[in-house]
Amino acid sequence: MNDWQPPQQVNLVDLSFMDTRFKLIEVAAFLDRVQHAGQDTDYRVTALKSALQFLSQSEPDRAKQVLLSLSDPSEEPIAKATIQGAAGAYQIERMKVEG
Amino acid sequence: MKYIEPHGHMVSRTTDDYERMALAGCVAICEPAFWAGFDRNSAQGFYDYFRQITEYEPKRAARFGLKHFSWLCINPKEAEDVQLADDVIALIPEFLNKPNVLGIGEIGLNKNSRNELLILEKHIQLAADHDQLVLVHTPHLEDKRKGTRLILDALKNHAKINPERVIIDHVEEHTIDLVLDQGFWAGMTLYPESKCSPHRAIDMLEQRQAEHIWMNSACDWGVSDPLAVPKTMLEMRKRGWSQESIQRVVFENPIAFMGQCEKFVL
Repeated sequence: MNDWQPPQQVNLVDLSFMDTRFKLIEVAAFLDRVQHAGQDTDYRVTALKSALQFLSQSEPDRAKQVLLSLSDPSEEPIAKATIQGAAGAYQIERMKVEG
Repeated sequence: MKYIEPHGHMVSRTTDDYERMALAGCVAICEPAFWAGFDRNSAQGFYDYFRQITEYEPKRAARFGLKHFSWLCINPKEAEDVQLADDVIALIPEFLNKPNVLGIGEIGLNKNSRNELLILEKHIQLAADHDQLVLVHTPHLEDKRKGTRLILDALKNHAKINPERVIIDHVEEHTIDLVLDQGFWAGMTLYPESKCSPHRAIDMLEQRQAEHIWMNSACDWGVSDPLAVPKTMLEMRKRGWSQESIQRVVFENPIAFMGQCEKFVL
């Protein structure tokens, strides 16, 4: 049986606004930087820019939607693991090749 | 305040880290078998590794008054070589009776390949055959959603696996509900650069009322922080959490899950 007691209410804006503001500007500066360098067509940058749309949605599940937008949408196991690492965004072209 | 580090790769940490964790209130560390950062080329390398985490690390932890427990498997990153994986799985029963071994883990998937899934199913069978607890690693980044679904399907397809005896680790906002809603435990990993931040972890704890969830640092050889759990406890206090509620997440929940193994005695 769950005896959950919610935490005392605190001002979450006071607590995290400055840190979040800092991170938002980092995102903006990153997009400026890769564009200046002509690297903004990289699939990871494209995926990041596409994920930004979820920040302005009204439902409070923005983090979940951003994570889903960066995820492999396929359902079946791949034939063979040819690499061990992950890139952080899914490459649509790769999905077409793996079919 | 006391806490348990339920997922730490201490073979990668210095003895100073044990001391810092003890000073921060840690009373026990649980070490799942994992990837060494490179592929081992024989089962003998795993035999020595299993001896390290069942014989040597408990002694190193004990110097600082810490209990040390371990979990055994071949990590999914090395599961593409099925023959090697089979050879390693064959070694595991010999170690299951060691006094600090809690179960099979961290098994799971990495790139969601067919061979990884095959080896996951063999680990699940091993756990069922020996009535072991299971600790599951879910894939990184873009592979996590798909991998979590495949893992949950594999576990649910086995008639002898009880979800209450399985923890699915490294959940994030897009996978936590899948895990908890099907009766499994969920682990959240606090990493500086990926997986989960303290505030995101606290958000998820609040949304799920802290039930059947633990937090860990997974401190390993990569960018990670062995004090991530106590640092998150501090953030919980800033967010209005009571001492009792914090203690429930960082101490009582790990005991509730791992205490299902009679060898988990603090």
